[in-house]
Amino acid sequence: MSVADFQPVIGLEVHAQLLTRSKIFCGCSTEFGAPPNAHTCAVCLGMPGVLPVLNEKVVEYAVRVGRALECRINPVSIWARKNYFYPDLPKGYQISQYDQPLCEHGGLEIDTDEGPKRVRILRIHLEEDAGKNVHDAGGGESLVDLNRSGVPLVEIVSEPDLRSSTEAGEYLKALRDVLVYLGVNDGNLEEGSFRCDANVSVMRKGATQYGQRVELKNINSFRFVQKAIDYEIGRQVELIESGGKVAQETRLFDAVRGETRSMRSKEEAHDYRYFPEPDLPPLCIPAGYVERIERELPELPRAKLHRFIEKYGLPAYDAKILVGDRALADLFEKVQAAYAGPAKKLANWFTGELLRLLKEESSDLGALRFSPDQFAALLKSVDGGELSNNAAKDVFAEMFRTGRAPKDIAQEKGLIQVQDAGAVEAAVDAVLAANPGEVEKYRAGKKQVLGFLVGQVMKAMKGKGNPALVNAALKAKLGD
Amino acid sequence: MSLTLEEVRHVAGLARLSLSAEEETLMRTQLSAILDAVAELSQVDTSTVEPTSHAAGEVAPWRADEVRPSFPPEKALGNAPAKVGTSFAVPRILE
Amino acid sequence: MEPTELSMLELGRKLGSGELSSVEAVRACLGRVELFDGQVKAFLEVDREGALAQAEAADRRRAAGKRAGPLDGVPVGLKDLFLTEGLPTTAGSRILEGFVAPYDGTVVKLLRAAGTPILGKLNMDEFAMGSSTENSAFFPTRNPWNLETSPGGSSGGSAAAVAARMVFGALGTDTGGSIRQPAALTGTVGLKPTYGRVSRFGVVAFASSLDQVGPMTRDVPDCAALLQTIAAYDPCDSTSAPVKAPDYLADIEGGVKGMKLGLPREYFELPGMDPEVGGAVEAATRALEKLGAELVPVSLPHTRYALATYYLVAPAEASSNLARYDGVRYGLRAGDVANLLAMYGRTRDQGFGLEVKRRVMLGTYALSAGYYDAYYLKAQKVRTLIKQDFVDAFRTVDAVLSPTSPTPAFRIGEKVSDPLAMYLNDVFTLPCNLAGLPGLSVPCGFTRANLPIGLQILGRPWDEARVLRIGRAFEREHDFHRRSPPLRAS
Repeated sequence: MSVADFQPVIGLEVHAQLLTRSKIFCGCSTEFGAPPNAHTCAVCLGMPGVLPVLNEKVVEYAVRVGRALECRINPVSIWARKNYFYPDLPKGYQISQYDQPLCEHGGLEIDTDEGPKRVRILRIHLEEDAGKNVHDAGGGESLVDLNRSGVPLVEIVSEPDLRSSTEAGEYLKALRDVLVYLGVNDGNLEEGSFRCDANVSVMRKGATQYGQRVELKNINSFRFVQKAIDYEIGRQVELIESGGKVAQETRLFDAVRGETRSMRSKEEAHDYRYFPEPDLPPLCIPAGYVERIERELPELPRAKLHRFIEKYGLPAYDAKILVGDRALADLFEKVQAAYAGPAKKLANWFTGELLRLLKEESSDLGALRFSPDQFAALLKSVDGGELSNNAAKDVFAEMFRTGRAPKDIAQEKGLIQVQDAGAVEAAVDAVLAANPGEVEKYRAGKKQVLGFLVGQVMKAMKGKGNPALVNAALKAKLGD
Repeated sequence: MSLTLEEVRHVAGLARLSLSAEEETLMRTQLSAILDAVAELSQVDTSTVEPTSHAAGEVAPWRADEVRPSFPPEKALGNAPAKVGTSFAVPRILE
Repeated sequence: MEPTELSMLELGRKLGSGELSSVEAVRACLGRVELFDGQVKAFLEVDREGALAQAEAADRRRAAGKRAGPLDGVPVGLKDLFLTEGLPTTAGSRILEGFVAPYDGTVVKLLRAAGTPILGKLNMDEFAMGSSTENSAFFPTRNPWNLETSPGGSSGGSAAAVAARMVFGALGTDTGGSIRQPAALTGTVGLKPTYGRVSRFGVVAFASSLDQVGPMTRDVPDCAALLQTIAAYDPCDSTSAPVKAPDYLADIEGGVKGMKLGLPREYFELPGMDPEVGGAVEAATRALEKLGAELVPVSLPHTRYALATYYLVAPAEASSNLARYDGVRYGLRAGDVANLLAMYGRTRDQGFGLEVKRRVMLGTYALSAGYYDAYYLKAQKVRTLIKQDFVDAFRTVDAVLSPTSPTPAFRIGEKVSDPLAMYLNDVFTLPCNLAGLPGLSVPCGFTRANLPIGLQILGRPWDEARVLRIGRAFEREHDFHRRSPPLRAS
């Protein structure tokens, strides 16, 4: 199989739920996890006589996404009905946008092996989510829960600019990061608040026309994105190499088998019979609205990444980890501002101890018990010689759990290193006096006994001697 | 006639109507007559005309993002032809 | 005098003075329902207990000096597509048989706040599709003026109930003439307000860009008063206009002196217009001229395309609006089905009547791939031209006059198997819906066979007050609206 002779061409369609409190066209709560149909009303149940009324926050969030992804925001966009029958679609149509969507022609930068690449975004539009069908294990029935019906979605459609499953994975992660940064989505692929479909085709390298594309659905995790796409690329290449033709179809990714298979469709491609939604006027964005949203945009992940690398002199690897979570990045900058020491040192603490503890304790930055100033103080003590690195880790762990000041913890645990020159000298004198033989050996040239002597001094000082001071004092007294 | 029986069946499928053979024939005749009657619209020059997609002239304001009380289960499922717990039950959907 | 001889406002005044009680008024209505509805068959559901309870509450308010308004305690009826919490709402269809609404529509809430006891739900063509009430899944309503004939449709039950004095007033809906045409055929007054004037929330939808709720009464001041009760911006309806309603009664007796009234050439040239109708309407226009208005010939050149336009736009929207009737969450569900697809197909085939199926098919076709541009989109463009005709006409005239219906009431069974013939009933009323304008029908004569004839008055958007004023000016010089149908107790 010569996959290498072929160029994959991939476009991604992402459906992301917007984190508004209420649904897009009614006041029901969007909160996840309620009993079936607990968050429904006449409107999102599609009862006779109901009408949609647009949630203003949905517009705000969508415009945020549009501008963060460098799209043009259309001052007038049109709602459309997408008509089809399915039990989780109560009205028998979905209110979406077809002609004239809200946002068009933007892009998102990702890293590839060949360097940074801008993936173009064709369009972003608003629509309502459908409910959920669950197949009843027992009887021959399906159960319908309409809690999710009416939750607001943005659909983000990329151009087919991606050339490998890795790029697709990068794009998806970058997109997820932007949405999470904007506070409009929680980036949860597993829970379904962030969904991805892929359009995959292959063409022979050097060919001028795109191949037949296939739509892949049911990609439920970031891991599966690459797997599904790779499988599909392989399948298509094999098909073409053996003289077959790629059919225009929708395929589901089977995570268990690691393959894609054709959806058994009852009819051919859906005829959605789109027409402008008569119950909603065109979506008109008032003058100045977009500018206001733009002013309030946070620094986006890519920009923050570049800035962290430049401003703090951090390697890309560290910067990526810090920037991966907006709250983490914000905390880093607060602590660094108070610390004012080498940023790489602080970064190591973040990527090492802090992330480890957060994971172990299953907690998040929102519940952090210590303050940025305390963290900075801790690092300063290490730099100043008051605490050894290991001691500091102990103190940090305690600080993390209790929020108490590092100095208090260190004192209580007796971890503060003795820096008093007099005390060190006294201890050194005592040890030298007690070990004349070793002193002789050292002076005769066996420098390695220094280690033993340092150990003795540390023992006498109950481990609290500042190693650097002890070392220097010994050497001085030994006449070095 | 403007419509073939095939087309009638296709449209009935889209509309989820299980028509009897008699109804199909009747629809074919009657719908064809109606379509013939409305065909005169093609005579009208609409090259410079915008469609009236929306009847209302004034634009209504948007709604604030506030949670309002939902239906209690009795109301949401009060008219349900079949239910299991608080879910609507339908014959099995084949994927 | 029988209480039911009174108009809504007259009754309201007597209720206010304590001369009559609301309970008496409701009982009087119920009495007439008992005597006549067996023949007329206007009602699908009579809520005897509910209406009496509401009447008692109205009487208590009156005794406490806290009347809700001029219509507090005046019994009304509702076309059966207004969702009324706790009562059945069928939209005249088997697919909603047994459906009990879990909420009150906005207009129903407004009526309750105004204190009008709701006597019951009135018969209609299924999903408001029809012009004779023969498409009701349950039974046809009969015209009180001649029980062999239709009262028109789709608000036939409402019109008949008002004409037969079984209610003092009623609400209907009008998508292509469904308030005005039955009003004309039953000698009553019916108004379709400007699109967006009255909330559609809680009204079973037929064609979203055309449907409007409106009052059906015995005289024009009642019509104004009932309109006043329901004309308000509704935040639950995004097509409801944030335009404040004026006082519709304030200037209603102002007359027509100095007004310019347009006579659209295309309307009066229609072949198939009954000569008695034409004659009565022409006489009515001359009467208005005598009262000081100037009659101005106008042209609405795209009138001939209104029927075709309407019968593409309305079914298209309806085919989408009726997709929710699928047996999943409410209404009829076909039994003994093997799978989901069969459930959908059989439920909708069993639940929908022939006219509804026809329009759903037509609408689906008009929106389908390959046909959207030629049918739906084309129709929406011609609609713009029809609207523009009126904009142009209203530069020179203040209102447009025409017959409401080309014929008087026709025999039940006469047109029902010929859809195109049935559609022709609406030729004069359709353009007004397509253009979103207010339109009023007032009684203007009778045929030799003693069947009512209606005069239609169309106005500029938001100009209901003027349209009512013109209607009133005509009405008070004549007594057509005071005549009663020759009903005999069964």
